[in-house]
Amino acid sequence: MTAQPQPNSFRTGPDERGRFGIYGGRFVAETLMPLILQLEAEYRSAKDDPAFQAEMGSYRTHYIGRPSPLYFAERLTEHLGGAKVYLKREELNHTGSHKVNNVLGQILLARRMGKKRIIAETGAGSHGVATATLCARFGLQCVVYMGAVDVARQAPNVFRMKMLGAEVVPVESGSRTLKDALNEALRDWVSNVHDTFYCIGTVAGPHPYPEMVRDFQSVIGEETRAQMLEAEGRLPDSLFACVGGGSNAIGLFHPFLDDTDVAIYGVEAAGFGLSGLNAASIAGGAPGILHGNRTYLLMDKDGQIEEGHSISAGLDYPGVGPEHAWLNDIGRVKYLSATDDEAVNAFQVLTKLEGIIPALESAHAIAKVLELAPGLPKDHLMVVNLSGRGDKDVPQIAERLGTKL
Amino acid sequence: MSDRIGARFAQTAREGRAALVTFVTAGDPDHETSLEILRALPGAGADVIELGMPFTDPMADGPAIQAAGLRALAGGETLVKTLDLVRAFREQDQATPLVLMGYYNPIYVHGVQRFLQEAKEAGADGLIVVDLPPEEDEELCLPALEAGLAFIRLATPTTDDARLPMVLKNTAGFVYYVSIAGITGAATPDFTVVAEAVARLKRHTTLPVAVGFGVKTPEHAAAIAAGADGVVVGSALVDAVRSSLDGQGRATEKTVAAVTDLVAALAAGVRRARAAA
Repeated sequence: MTAQPQPNSFRTGPDERGRFGIYGGRFVAETLMPLILQLEAEYRSAKDDPAFQAEMGSYRTHYIGRPSPLYFAERLTEHLGGAKVYLKREELNHTGSHKVNNVLGQILLARRMGKKRIIAETGAGSHGVATATLCARFGLQCVVYMGAVDVARQAPNVFRMKMLGAEVVPVESGSRTLKDALNEALRDWVSNVHDTFYCIGTVAGPHPYPEMVRDFQSVIGEETRAQMLEAEGRLPDSLFACVGGGSNAIGLFHPFLDDTDVAIYGVEAAGFGLSGLNAASIAGGAPGILHGNRTYLLMDKDGQIEEGHSISAGLDYPGVGPEHAWLNDIGRVKYLSATDDEAVNAFQVLTKLEGIIPALESAHAIAKVLELAPGLPKDHLMVVNLSGRGDKDVPQIAERLGTKL
Repeated sequence: MSDRIGARFAQTAREGRAALVTFVTAGDPDHETSLEILRALPGAGADVIELGMPFTDPMADGPAIQAAGLRALAGGETLVKTLDLVRAFREQDQATPLVLMGYYNPIYVHGVQRFLQEAKEAGADGLIVVDLPPEEDEELCLPALEAGLAFIRLATPTTDDARLPMVLKNTAGFVYYVSIAGITGAATPDFTVVAEAVARLKRHTTLPVAVGFGVKTPEHAAAIAAGADGVVVGSALVDAVRSSLDGQGRATEKTVAAVTDLVAALAAGVRRARAAA
């Protein structure tokens, strides 16, 4: 893209139409339009309500287990021999990933709006499990849409959701993966407009979702900022996070966007490599419109959406959050990519050196740390978002390494 | 602008009946058969044609139209080929209004100005783009009106009186009332509620009001046609295509007739609606 003038602040978006530059917006059917306008109004009022914020803060502390630690990865740092690497430990949250930060916020909002039925889409199952968990906690009906292909390959998470009381609906339409689960959730919402709240799992969808989900996830970056100031007396020099839809990444990045000395890196899934099947929407896609917003999409030259591929089911979405698309175009965040092989290697390195099994998603960010940290000075402070734990991925890694469980 | 649409609704009004608006998907089940179906529709009783532009992710459509789109895409249908269909249809029929219906992404990727120019030249009269509410009018609606194509808006059960003027503001050709809060081809609407909704719309606009979603049989069509200016049938027609295919999903000698027979029955339903009333 051509160079654009830099704004005074990178943190003011979106505008009143839900745009980040040309990205974002409200590309939905008329049936949903009144609902997302109402959601936006309700969210604005909740955001400014100290009682809502206090309630969320209390559940963050006592139910999720926040703040999550900012942990100095001493052995990894020694091994790499360069930058000082810190891990933001989102995998220690209840349900095992950053997803719960967003779900908590949306479920409290749904309760405030008097909605009794919650729907969600899920790919690997992390967002579905987090949603089913909060619905169990608050006694709400929960329906999770999941591509039939994903239902088959993520059986443990399907069972977890069912134990938590959720109904898991296998989606047989289209390519039967995450994007189709999102389509089906939107179809459900259109058909059940009066009692249903759609709890979207990432910073995508029509405005106000990208903004709202970002705000709920920004607790990651806000804590990191305070924790790094306490540990080192200054801000970090660089941030790393994996990007599928990009909710864990924007959560870490957003509070630092105006600290222009902090270098920020998002890591997309390059799958078999950028010249082969991949899920790197920014590196390999082009601007288009899907699921209510304009953003970078993987598609053919006729505008038909293509499937993403990544070893990580949480990253193989053919789009990316619109704010990331904008941050890419204006150059504030640099988007890199890691292949399946690099992610699997990083998964093993972190497991052996630090005794922490990362989610395959997070391993994509670790992979770029392994690549870049050795070339940086020892006083360079690097933070990588460990967005989820890897227990869910153990069977897949075993298979890849030729071990039969 | 939209002479053909206005003329056709004026004509059906003079005849004292509602217009039958038929939806089929371009390239379903294959490009050639699709053209045959298109050309046969007016003779079978279709007053207005909606031609669906296939998309991989049709979020407002139910299983029938989703499947039709995937059949068309599997057969190699593209936006350029869809415009070819319009051109071929228009060579033989200068009177029947034809409206292109679909989702924004293929149009956006093709290029808005290029698409509008090509669609107009091919002989299309209007556009229905599901994922462009009035909040996004600058994207396609305003350029379409400027290019001489009607932008037909959907009004829905969730569109209240406060919002209706905004929805109707840049609408041209006709207003498409979505009979249920739901997806295409789903539940049958409550006809009394629909009649009230049509009456409400007519207090806000002088444009013809056509009603669609969930209209499957000649009886449904007749019930809607008693009060509305048009009745839209889509899922039932693409289902007729599907039922006529062979084991490999290819067209058979029954395919075109399966559609035209149903269109003829629906047209009869529309015609007897007010005769009976």
